[in-house]
Amino acid sequence: MTVIHTKKLTKTFTVKKETVEAVKGVDIDVAPGELVAFLGPNGAGKSTTLRMLTTLLRPTSGSATVAGVDVEKDPAGVRARIGYIGQGNGGGHSYRVIDELIMQGRFYGMNTSEAKARAETLMASLDLGDLAKRTVIKLSGGQRRRMDVALGLMHSPGLLFLDEPSTGMDPQNRANLCEHIMRMREEHGTTIVLTTHYMDEADSMSERVIVIDHGTIIADDTASRLKANLAGDLLAVEVAAGSASEVRGLLGRAAAEGDIQENAYDGVVRFRLRLAQGAQLAPGLLKEMHDAGAPAQSLELKPPTLDDVFLELTGRSLREGAEV
Amino acid sequence: MIEQAVTPGVAIQQRGPRSLVTDTWFVFWREMLLPLRDPFSLIFSLIQPLVFLGLFGPLLGSAVGAPAFGGQSTLQWFLPGVVVMIALFGTSMTGSNLQYELMTGSYERILATPLSRSSLMIGRALKEWAPLVVQGLLISVVCIPFGFVFHPLHVLLGLVILGIFGIGLGALSYALALVSQNKEWIFWGVQQTLLFPLMILSGIMLPIEAGPGWMKVASLFNPLTYLVNAERELFAGRIGMDTAWGLVAAVVTAAVGLVVGIRTISRNTN
Repeated sequence: MTVIHTKKLTKTFTVKKETVEAVKGVDIDVAPGELVAFLGPNGAGKSTTLRMLTTLLRPTSGSATVAGVDVEKDPAGVRARIGYIGQGNGGGHSYRVIDELIMQGRFYGMNTSEAKARAETLMASLDLGDLAKRTVIKLSGGQRRRMDVALGLMHSPGLLFLDEPSTGMDPQNRANLCEHIMRMREEHGTTIVLTTHYMDEADSMSERVIVIDHGTIIADDTASRLKANLAGDLLAVEVAAGSASEVRGLLGRAAAEGDIQENAYDGVVRFRLRLAQGAQLAPGLLKEMHDAGAPAQSLELKPPTLDDVFLELTGRSLREGAEV
Repeated sequence: MIEQAVTPGVAIQQRGPRSLVTDTWFVFWREMLLPLRDPFSLIFSLIQPLVFLGLFGPLLGSAVGAPAFGGQSTLQWFLPGVVVMIALFGTSMTGSNLQYELMTGSYERILATPLSRSSLMIGRALKEWAPLVVQGLLISVVCIPFGFVFHPLHVLLGLVILGIFGIGLGALSYALALVSQNKEWIFWGVQQTLLFPLMILSGIMLPIEAGPGWMKVASLFNPLTYLVNAERELFAGRIGMDTAWGLVAAVVTAAVGLVVGIRTISRNTN
């Protein structure tokens, strides 16, 4: 059983008489309870994909079934079964927080007392308890974003979509939001699909990462497997210049030759290489170097990030992705 | 703790039965929360029609001879026009409130709920129309000491016809706001450019019968003309052919508005 199933889902836009293929036939399957992140640079097509799944955009071709309902045949049916937290702030500026939350519940068919009770529970759990009668425009950025989360959770969706949930938030609020979402999932097994261009967010929050670039899926796996298979740990060792040739040989057996960089300065040679399972291999490597009479002067080991994965896949960094 | 009485990972079924009426009611009620939380705005909106009645009405009486009013008093003739004017201004601005919500994410949030597309437009247009019922009745009562003869049931029927017309105009305004997204000036440019010619050519301000022949012909193509004539007949305490034609004009406007509005919404979304 899948919660989301798409087949060759495609979206093209016409911008100034030019056809732009924003999403080029993606196939996605999401099982119940999964936490999936669409990761990619701005303009990669991840939000467009999300908007098709939430019926905010009509697919150009291909098909998508969300929560058992076809997005084209019964968009209202899809909307009744999902929650959506968009990029913008969902609360109307002149409304009171509590009024908007109750109306949101009413939109999904809750009665007023049910909606009020639910709104109060959510406000307490999202630290909005004192702000019930505050108008949205008077809330801080972080408070508004937490209100967006409350709006999205009012009807207790079993499937929740979040579009760039933490854009524009400070690190503390980002961590906070992340914690709320993780807790909700642990407690209720909600299926969650989010888009992000923050690799650390995809890394810390989701088990499964779908990397999207230029409208196609270029990788789809758990974050740890993506990193282990595609990037490996970054290892840097420094040795005395005299021992460089022994070390070069030792390292050459562990990694392909092209992957080893060398810098010499002040009588020291610094080797840098990517090594799958580098953390596990490092102790043995140090011992071999010691036994060969070429001891390491220093060692640095950095686990890979999803940015390294993206770099490996596309030759570009996610950080500079926006300009490409 | 966030409580969810839901089977893990399984999307919930929708709860109650949905209908256009309940959806429209929810949209209408959300819009009504703004004036209800800030009632001064409603009182303030009564000032404009009173200004027209108090300052323009007397000028009208002395500038145009009584025969042009079909034998009625100036007030009896002018008041229904002012009521149509309030409806015209109010419902044609439906879209401007939407523009603000388009810029933040609140319109998108509502689009992502199961509310039907037509309820989004009808609910908003009705919100612009609802205060009119209160305003129309209030103004009529205020005018009684000045010689206005008040026929409550006829006036009420007149307001219902205006409401139907308002749904159409509100939907067109809504569509205009969607089309002119991120370019506010287009919305206001189009709204103002259309509003005044339509208003003058309907005979709201001055009797069209006093104008040149081409204006009389032009006014026949203006749905507002039929509406104004209907309101004049009803406010005078009669129900006849003018009322029937006004109702037809209102229904046609509503139908055209809803078709255009729903097409505009679904051009981009489902």
